[in-house]
Amino acid sequence: MGKTIAEKIFDAHLVDTPEKGINVLRLDSVFCHEITTPVAINDLEKKGKDRVFDPDKIKVVIDHVTPAKDSKTALQGKILRDWAKRNKIKDFFDIGRNGVCHAIFPEQGFVRPGSTIIMGDSHTCTHGAFGAFAAGVGTTDLEVGILKGVCAFKYPETIKIQVDGDLREGVFAKDLILHIIGKIGVNGATDKVIEFTGSVISKMNMEERMTLCNMAIEAGGTSGICYPDDKTVDYLWKFIESEFASKEDALKEYSKWISDDDADYAEIIKIDASEVVPVATFGFKPDQVKPVSEFENVKVDQIYIGSCTNGRLSDLEVAAKVLEGKRISDDVRGIVSPATPEIFRQALEKGIIKIFMDAGFCVTNPTCGACLGMSNGVLADGEVCASTTNRNFNGRMGKGGMVHLMSPATAAQTAIKGYIDNSPLFKG
Amino acid sequence: MKNFNGKVLFLDRDDINTDEIIPAKYLTEISKEALKPYLLEDLKLEGFNLKDIEDASVVITRGNFGCGSSREHAPWAFEVNGINLVIAESFARIFRQNMFNCGMMAVSLEKDKMDMVFDEFSKEKDVYIETDFENKKFTIRAGSKKKDILFSISEFDSKLVKSGGWLDFADKNY
Repeated sequence: MGKTIAEKIFDAHLVDTPEKGINVLRLDSVFCHEITTPVAINDLEKKGKDRVFDPDKIKVVIDHVTPAKDSKTALQGKILRDWAKRNKIKDFFDIGRNGVCHAIFPEQGFVRPGSTIIMGDSHTCTHGAFGAFAAGVGTTDLEVGILKGVCAFKYPETIKIQVDGDLREGVFAKDLILHIIGKIGVNGATDKVIEFTGSVISKMNMEERMTLCNMAIEAGGTSGICYPDDKTVDYLWKFIESEFASKEDALKEYSKWISDDDADYAEIIKIDASEVVPVATFGFKPDQVKPVSEFENVKVDQIYIGSCTNGRLSDLEVAAKVLEGKRISDDVRGIVSPATPEIFRQALEKGIIKIFMDAGFCVTNPTCGACLGMSNGVLADGEVCASTTNRNFNGRMGKGGMVHLMSPATAAQTAIKGYIDNSPLFKG
Repeated sequence: MKNFNGKVLFLDRDDINTDEIIPAKYLTEISKEALKPYLLEDLKLEGFNLKDIEDASVVITRGNFGCGSSREHAPWAFEVNGINLVIAESFARIFRQNMFNCGMMAVSLEKDKMDMVFDEFSKEKDVYIETDFENKKFTIRAGSKKKDILFSISEFDSKLVKSGGWLDFADKNY
């Protein structure tokens, strides 16, 4: 019997099997941010264990509330900053260099095929786009990861989602992943890895693959995962150039992290890409999804374009294409947050920021803030937001607020109209 | 071991997420105790009253409990309110792991057992659970009505409960 990519990664990182089916894995990276890490730091200090298993394998960013909005968030930043310094963690991204964790860590070349990653953040599954096993964990798992460089998981079952054909013009990775979640449900992949394969995924760039894997957790998945290929190598090349004689060599090496043809799957789901249309969510769960064309006069108060799901350059480019030469409705507030300083810089140079500003958008610094109702765009009771983020839970962006998840193209068009509407990029 | 006995709070809904258990705006707290007043603040559930949390020690709920964010603040918010045991039809992976990592218990029971518990006990006024950890048995009681329910958790989870959580276990073993 062959193995899936997740099984191969597990077998290559196995440290212990405390019980059949439970694997303690060696971690290649532990990512940290200022919301879930300070409690772990304080606890380690209190227990006289203020040390890290390997400072080079720990990557740290302040991203959820930045700049600090009050004394409490300032303290969270300070605890993280002081800890990184005394433990000699070099890769620490403080204000001015900081971005949304799941955008900035891949951008820095920290994610490699075949590697294991944990972070105290549920959207850590994003990094599976590079053929890694990347899982969100709680603070105790994070604490053990920081101290010992290990984490325990069930031996992974995998759901293979094979998307073939061609996505229609004006249909994006976000539409596809919402379509998939709508199909399998919010617990459709609980305790399982979701493997995204097929010709559509092969054609996608790394940013699109990150959008897909990012939302695996919204179906309950432990990690999303894509096979490494020439696009993965191209993206990583500037970081791995010294490790390989050629891109072909890198591809050959990384190709060992591809599932075998006779691997065993919990389920195989085939999707015809031509059936996918632009969609948005309508309830308080990410699987409550319907075509944008079925939203009739759903007015919104705020548009938010950003986050670890859709705050990358290609997302801003698509939104700018829709917004160019237009003004957003007088009845809405538009907020865009490029996910990293590098994305911000490129968006400036390409004139994308100007298009957003001319259209009437507020451009904020890179941060997770608004997506989880912590800062930079919190909703008032009864308000509605069209958002490119990943969660539409009740109160997620502010108590009493309603969130409709959608692609950047749909969000941009919704900003212009003031109600949820298909972008002209979709020809129907 | 933590206390797994006491009064039951029924939450009769699927997919209760960690934002509902503890909203993100309270994640700026760095002490567990500070979360105490905010447990389930944003929960949308007919008949649920925040006052019901006060004397509860056990939560019984439906499917996919604890979905969403990885925040361990969700188990902590239960813990500081004296709730160390959640019984549900199923759990989201991270929430479930976080519970055992803290030496707490997230126990899933088959649907027919859950339906029986809800049908026979959720309308009663004072419902109590007693946990026999060694024999993996819950006794649920309301007045003179009483039922024994066998449950199972993995050996590994059992060890986490006994050793008080994953940090101590991992520190000893790895």
